[in-house]
Amino acid sequence: MTKQIIIPFGPQHPVLPEPIHLDLVLEDEMVVEAIPSIGYIHRGFEKLVEKREFTEYVYVAERTCGICSFIHGLTYCQGIEEIMQVEVPERALFLRTIWSEYSRLHSHLLWLGLFADSFGFENLFMNAWRIRERILDVMEQTTGGRVIQGSCKIGGVRRDISGEKLGQMSKDLDSIGQELEELTNVFLRDASIKHRLKNVGVLSRDDAYSLGAVGPTARGSGVSLDMRKTGYAAYGKLNLETVAENDGDCYARCVVRCRELFTSIDLIQQAVRKIPDGPIDVKVTGAPDGEYFTRSEQPRGELVHYLKGNGTKFLVRSRIRTPTLTNIPPLVKMLQGCELADVPVIVLSIDPCISCTER
Amino acid sequence: MAFFEMAKTALRTVLSRPATIRYPAEPAKKTLLTRGHVTIDESRCISCGTCQRKCPAQAILLNKEEKTWQMDRLRCVVCNSCVDTCPVKCLFMDTQYTAPTVTRGVEIVTITYVKPVKAADKGETQG
Repeated sequence: MTKQIIIPFGPQHPVLPEPIHLDLVLEDEMVVEAIPSIGYIHRGFEKLVEKREFTEYVYVAERTCGICSFIHGLTYCQGIEEIMQVEVPERALFLRTIWSEYSRLHSHLLWLGLFADSFGFENLFMNAWRIRERILDVMEQTTGGRVIQGSCKIGGVRRDISGEKLGQMSKDLDSIGQELEELTNVFLRDASIKHRLKNVGVLSRDDAYSLGAVGPTARGSGVSLDMRKTGYAAYGKLNLETVAENDGDCYARCVVRCRELFTSIDLIQQAVRKIPDGPIDVKVTGAPDGEYFTRSEQPRGELVHYLKGNGTKFLVRSRIRTPTLTNIPPLVKMLQGCELADVPVIVLSIDPCISCTER
Repeated sequence: MAFFEMAKTALRTVLSRPATIRYPAEPAKKTLLTRGHVTIDESRCISCGTCQRKCPAQAILLNKEEKTWQMDRLRCVVCNSCVDTCPVKCLFMDTQYTAPTVTRGVEIVTITYVKPVKAADKGETQG
């Protein structure tokens, strides 16, 4: 038997935007086992729910993640609204959907950039982030924040977007779409990228399902799971096509995210066409008494917020299960049997968001 | 299999203007809604303390006796909660980010608001 050695990977590694540690057990150049450990950036957000009023916790919930912040805020608000039986105006639901999809565009572009960086394609990384900047600009123009939007509140949204601005956004997306086409063509067709990603980190459909993969990681393996299909916010009123690939390798996960960019653009344009006029929020009185599990689709997969109130202004329990947490067991499976040099690419292919995971 | 897929984009970006701003020679991008920092109109603040209660970061401290409004800029997360909930609208969101600092400390503003004397009280004092 070949001698086994253990190589520590992370928490500080050039490819990782956030700290996760993996102990890689190697036999020669092949990884036979990966032992993950997290806990470097735990911030105690779930405990903080007992110290902040439920209306102010929206801002805290949003800061759980620095990339998909809007969707965290939305999911939290959704949960409280369900407990308190608040009917949210339709215009607010559409606005939430529009901002969610913008978050997805920005997150996927960020990931495509980092992914390109992980296999050494710096030019592609810069170009992905150049396009992402246009998305962030729209975020700032409509909400006031580039990354932390802070536009969701219990009972609706805090800001309206004028019809004129919506039209302009929709038009801008056409030109962004053209730029994306050029960008994704490189990802999908370039020979060196294909060579680097094809048949690397293969996750079979059964493994993806039984190990609890979510989001693009599951969809890349042919498990067509998308929480947007449950029709929360205004997704029920829009025509959404789930993107899924069957290969289960890093390339398939990249394809899923590339194609989802166009789905998001389509969803925003549909929402802009269908958005009704009317109020953007309702007044919420009282305090939540009860508990609720609420789910939504983050760029990385299914997000679950569990909220429990006891009729006071302070909630008694909040539990956040983020997609990266459930994507770690599939990641360990993918790493088994891969080459050491492929580890950075495979780790990035699940789009790890560790700050979210540790809350 | 395709080669030189990136060539067109690369050539165009080499020949076009830079996508980044030459900050600080050129000012940073700002919009009308940009959340920069919170400012107070001390002549209108009624010392109700709503901003302090509604601050998720506990950056604001209002002292009713000394009539001061304290703001810890390093704690403030610029969420706009205080501005939204202020009953007399004496808090504003400025679009300019605060300048970098090397020292910790709070900004103390003395509230100069004086409660207008009611007509009935006026009568009493005059009488």
